[in-house]
Amino acid sequence: MFELPSGAEIQSIIAILKSGLGFFIPEIYLSLLFMGLIILDLVLKGKNKNSILGWATLLGLGGSFYCIVQQHAMQTGELFFGMYVLDEYAIFFKYFFVASGMFAVVATLADRKFDEEVASIGEYYALVVAMVIGMVMMAAASDLLMIFLAMELVSLTAYILSGYFKRDARSSEAALKYLVYGAVSSGLMLYGFSLIYGMTAETNILKISMELADHGYDPLVMILATLLIMAGFGYKIGAFPFHFWSPDVYEGAPTPITAYLSVASKAAGFALLLRFFYIAVPHGVSPYEDIIGIDWLTLLVIMSVASMIYGNVVAIWQKNVKRLLAYSSIAHAGYLLLGVIVMDEIGTQATLFYLLAYFLVNFAAFYVVILISNRTGSENLDDYRGLGRKMPLAGAALTVFLISLVGLPPTVGFIGKLFIFSALLSKGSLYIWLALIGVLTSVISLYYYMLIPLNMFLRDSLEPNEKSLNPGFLAQLMMAVLMILTIWFGLFFEPLSEFARYSSAMFALSLY
Amino acid sequence: MLSLIVFLPVIAGLIILAVPSSQKQIIRIVSLLAAVVQMVLAVMIWRGYDPSLAGITAMAGGMPEGSFQFIERLPWISLDLGGMGSMNIEYFLGVDGLSITMVILTALVSTIGVLSSWTIKKQVKGYFLLYNLLATAMMGCFVALDFFLFYVFWELMLLPMYFLIGIWGGPNREYAAIKFFLYTLFGSVFMLLVMIGLYFSVIDPLTGNHTFSLVAMASQENYIKDAILGPDNAMWRFVAFIVLFIGFAIKVPMFPFHTWLPDAHVEAPTPISVILAGVLLKLGTYGMMRINFPLFPEVFQASMYVIGVFGAINIIYGAFCALAQQDLKKMVAYSSISHMGYVLLGLAAANSEGMTGALYQMFNHGTITAMLFLLVGVIYDRAHTRQIDKFGGLASYMPVYTGIVMVAWFASLGLPGLSGFISEAFVFVGAFSSETTRYIAMVSVLGIVFGAAYLLWSLQRMFLGKRKDDAAYDLVTGPDGEEQIHFHDWNGKLDLDGRELAMLIPLVVITIFLGIYPMPIMGLMTSTVNHLVEVLSPVMMAVVN
Repeated sequence: MFELPSGAEIQSIIAILKSGLGFFIPEIYLSLLFMGLIILDLVLKGKNKNSILGWATLLGLGGSFYCIVQQHAMQTGELFFGMYVLDEYAIFFKYFFVASGMFAVVATLADRKFDEEVASIGEYYALVVAMVIGMVMMAAASDLLMIFLAMELVSLTAYILSGYFKRDARSSEAALKYLVYGAVSSGLMLYGFSLIYGMTAETNILKISMELADHGYDPLVMILATLLIMAGFGYKIGAFPFHFWSPDVYEGAPTPITAYLSVASKAAGFALLLRFFYIAVPHGVSPYEDIIGIDWLTLLVIMSVASMIYGNVVAIWQKNVKRLLAYSSIAHAGYLLLGVIVMDEIGTQATLFYLLAYFLVNFAAFYVVILISNRTGSENLDDYRGLGRKMPLAGAALTVFLISLVGLPPTVGFIGKLFIFSALLSKGSLYIWLALIGVLTSVISLYYYMLIPLNMFLRDSLEPNEKSLNPGFLAQLMMAVLMILTIWFGLFFEPLSEFARYSSAMFALSLY
Repeated sequence: MLSLIVFLPVIAGLIILAVPSSQKQIIRIVSLLAAVVQMVLAVMIWRGYDPSLAGITAMAGGMPEGSFQFIERLPWISLDLGGMGSMNIEYFLGVDGLSITMVILTALVSTIGVLSSWTIKKQVKGYFLLYNLLATAMMGCFVALDFFLFYVFWELMLLPMYFLIGIWGGPNREYAAIKFFLYTLFGSVFMLLVMIGLYFSVIDPLTGNHTFSLVAMASQENYIKDAILGPDNAMWRFVAFIVLFIGFAIKVPMFPFHTWLPDAHVEAPTPISVILAGVLLKLGTYGMMRINFPLFPEVFQASMYVIGVFGAINIIYGAFCALAQQDLKKMVAYSSISHMGYVLLGLAAANSEGMTGALYQMFNHGTITAMLFLLVGVIYDRAHTRQIDKFGGLASYMPVYTGIVMVAWFASLGLPGLSGFISEAFVFVGAFSSETTRYIAMVSVLGIVFGAAYLLWSLQRMFLGKRKDDAAYDLVTGPDGEEQIHFHDWNGKLDLDGRELAMLIPLVVITIFLGIYPMPIMGLMTSTVNHLVEVLSPVMMAVVN
């Protein structure tokens, strides 16, 4: 029989919940922002409604930095019965996701397609904020149930957002595909969770790891569980073979959402992956290696290599810029996984740094794609012909961003790759072959990334019209700033890498 | 001083950025000024350089950078990597005998390249922006003494070069540009891995930290014994040497990695060909001398013979290909491959004569080939074709042009009294006196014969004899009753004009002067080359081990 808790017990539960609230302020703030935006949407009328909503979201998200900054001073630890944690790692991703939410809003404000496709932007911005909340919780969740809830919050909002252009068939197709793949993979992941729960009778990842260490486990079930869970995580980070949704979704979804998914959703997946696998799942020398010859690290290695090769090779034949970037993002998931595989401080630091670099550069690239599509109405590679002369700054900026995605100096993307490969080589000759695959595939990536500057600068426009297109002063300024940042952080990357190191230091104890 | 000479073009680029794109003349003049000041600075560095100091490695017991000159050393990035200690990257510039010759060459060729760029009419602003960026990257490569810094400059060259070939090039430019880019990147990503591996293997004796300093890496006692590229790991050191060598060999370009070069040269506009042949190819052999060989001396010892064989293949294969070309520019491009083979042969000899010859050949090839490409550009501007059989009898109508062509062609085939002869002679003296390369040298001598063949043959077909029926120009009677030739679509001076003379005469003077009295350049390199030979010699390695 289920026994009702006594009054005193309820009192203590409430006390624990209350004490946790003080450490939960950014999430509460964001939830309030979410509701406020819905109300604002109902109240506001008139022509400028869309942009007012956008600026309100931007301000609101900016305000949440204030709450996050204060968390540095707080005691780190578990909240709400171990459902949730507050640590430097989680704070890192809070900054990350709020900033990417702001970028998505900026990109939306710049995108003219929203004016054509949707009369009123409605709850769009509120959903963006909801997604930020979901991702923030993903990074801080330390319980299987919490992980699942947070992931579903992100997924559901992402389904709606990617299908936001209701009259655009491609957008709807994207949403549906995303939904179907998402449903399957979260189902698989949940199955994996249930296996783990079956073995340990725990849902908290720290307790799971202690249970597994103390009482041992059936290796076959364990590898099955990790494989199933990886389906869920792999879907979020867009790694091969769980990538099938990404090209269609990236192409069909509104471009700001594409950018948002490619950066933030991927980062959220990595936040979870690192925390879950580093803490919960045992690794290293293990008895079950003898039985089927693999452990989860091997699975990650396979995923990483396959992603790098598949993403970079298939991207060569793409004719649509968004699709091209989608395949490239599969490849980048592979590079990021390399940092995870190394399994030490320098590897984690490299992963976080790479995420920061990817954040800056990928958002910037999509931003330019939006500006170009505003003027030309197209994202096809052929329509980029001759654009370098019509929009010189956009062309130059996009070239810098793409070069950074390839990983050439002096850009921040190069430093990201440098860190990843340094992490691999710091293990001596163990991972040299992975580093080799990494550098060779990045040579391939040069070819398809350069297709864009090739069309922009080396080929003449199909139309004789040589009028220059002006993307507007603010957009020019934004591009210039992003371009300078990309190069600046490629030369003086100390602050970023210190931030990454500081945020990943907590894993030092759980690794080795 | 070195910072200024490196970043001057970028400063010029920033000024150009502010100039409206319609002011083409201002843009050109700003670039020219920057190049001229760079030249002046190079001369000042040359005057202030003390040729008795060796470089390459730190002096024993002295300052860690004691034997380098004009040093600028600042901490650039210092990172805490947790368990891995700290990562230190320095802004570390300096010159020794290897780099100072290349600095002079780079400044010279860049200046002449700007003059030659006067004919660029399309998107002048963008052109000079990229040109200046390229000039900075090249100069930076030659003076960087931190591997990380070197790598940044090395890669920085690729993008401007891609666009300079791709936008301002010939009909097949897209293919040539991306081929150049992919080839070079393919080589340099391996360099990245080796760089990281070296970083983890070398300890700066002063700070006790890992370091990217090439000076520290050049001393074998700074290596951690069991690190990935440490002395105990012979296998990985061998692999690292090979991939690093391939990375540099692509740039040289060494057979079989040479195929990008003819494409790039044929498509590139004249000034870019000049830069490419005059400076960029030298980066390959410079990289070998600065990084590849001194860091892995024992592998170098083991592979000298192979390097020599590849040098011989380059010499002979390049000459044969040049012999078969109809396109004058392609012929010159293949002659570059042939001549860079001499450099490889000299390096493989690994003695003072060979190395001096190689380094001197790098300088001379830079000036001579720059001249060759400029001369090809001159005739292409007029005739809009480079097919050798579309010309004939030019000597009677363009005497000044023909005179300079004679100097350049004969310098290229190694006529005594011109600079090319001295360097090739040194290379062969070195190669013959080395046990390893003696027989290779015997075969390579054939290259001189074939070299003379294609050069003289083209000279004969184009400049001697009479106008051919299908020539690219007509014969007309001039105002003074004399017979003249007339190029279609060419309204300028028939023979060389002032600007063309301004870029060719200095090169002619240098070629002749250095052929008679090589000491101004050769004197700079002697002690460095001797030290390099010592570092690479088996005796020295025995001492270290």
